[in-house]
Amino acid sequence: MKDGLILASWRLGGSILALLLSLAHPVFAGEAQPAAADPALEERVTALATELRCLVCQNQTLADSNAPLAVDLRNQIRERMREGASERDIIAFLVERYGDFVLYRPPWKATTALLWLGPLLLMIGGLAALYLRLRRRRREEAAPELSAEERARAAALLAGDPGAEQR
Amino acid sequence: MNRYLLPLGVFALLVVLLGAGLSLNPREVPSPLIGKPAPPFELPQLHQPERTFTPAEMKGKVWVFNVWASWCAACRDEHPVLTDLARSGIAPLYGLNYKDKRDDAIAWLKRYGDPYAASIVDADGRIGIDYGVYGVPETYVIDKQGVIRYKRIGVVTPAILKEKIVPLITELNRG
Repeated sequence: MKDGLILASWRLGGSILALLLSLAHPVFAGEAQPAAADPALEERVTALATELRCLVCQNQTLADSNAPLAVDLRNQIRERMREGASERDIIAFLVERYGDFVLYRPPWKATTALLWLGPLLLMIGGLAALYLRLRRRRREEAAPELSAEERARAAALLAGDPGAEQR
Repeated sequence: MNRYLLPLGVFALLVVLLGAGLSLNPREVPSPLIGKPAPPFELPQLHQPERTFTPAEMKGKVWVFNVWASWCAACRDEHPVLTDLARSGIAPLYGLNYKDKRDDAIAWLKRYGDPYAASIVDADGRIGIDYGVYGVPETYVIDKQGVIRYKRIGVVTPAILKEKIVPLITELNRG
């Protein structure tokens, strides 16, 4: 009787699980549609979108973001590409309206040189400082040489001669 | 003494840099359109859809272009300020109804009051993109030659109105 109950509850659990699994496919809120329409175009759009910044969620790329503006801009990119615009054209279009910030990778300009080189310069500076410090310490450690008199005094002290301390 | 000067100097430099950085607002993306002509468009008006509006109509006048929407909570905050601006009469105020439904927009204006000489319908946000809109509300001051002179990202506060917008309009009106 008990075995039958256990078996029955396993079966029930199993079928509930099966039902839940069949329902648990991800739901896309309206975005997953015509990716099949032109996969090559979609690839180009996504490739460009990963190089652009979503201005609303500013740490995400245009490809990652779900903000309405990001959707709009991706649509714009897709439309322009369909009309034959190149990546450069589209980037120029967006930078003209939103500025350099729309590029996910800051462009190489006089104003951004420090941004690009800064970490490298800091690392070089840090390594240089470390190297100089170590060299100085090595030199300092090498320097103190005992004179003959000091050596004798040290030997006397080590031998336990109390009289040597007073000299 | 020298040993302490270098780290102290580096620290002071860092403090200055970080202080400057912290005072900046990362949400504010400066517009590259300042100093450039306002992008042209021709769109239907909200209350009279058979009539269109184009910025070329405003040549010879200094005007204020405010991007708003009925779904935008912050627009309600700046509404009294815009009403004051419109009432002062120093410059006409036009609205860009951004990615909104016509009925919602009309209802919103009826409920809170309509400070705009006219509102223009930008249902899909295309013109917004042309103007570099990335959030709502945003406000532009455009001069007599149709050049964008100022963009306010975010709510127009009474302080911004008094310190930035009104002086600018006055100056542009003089020229």
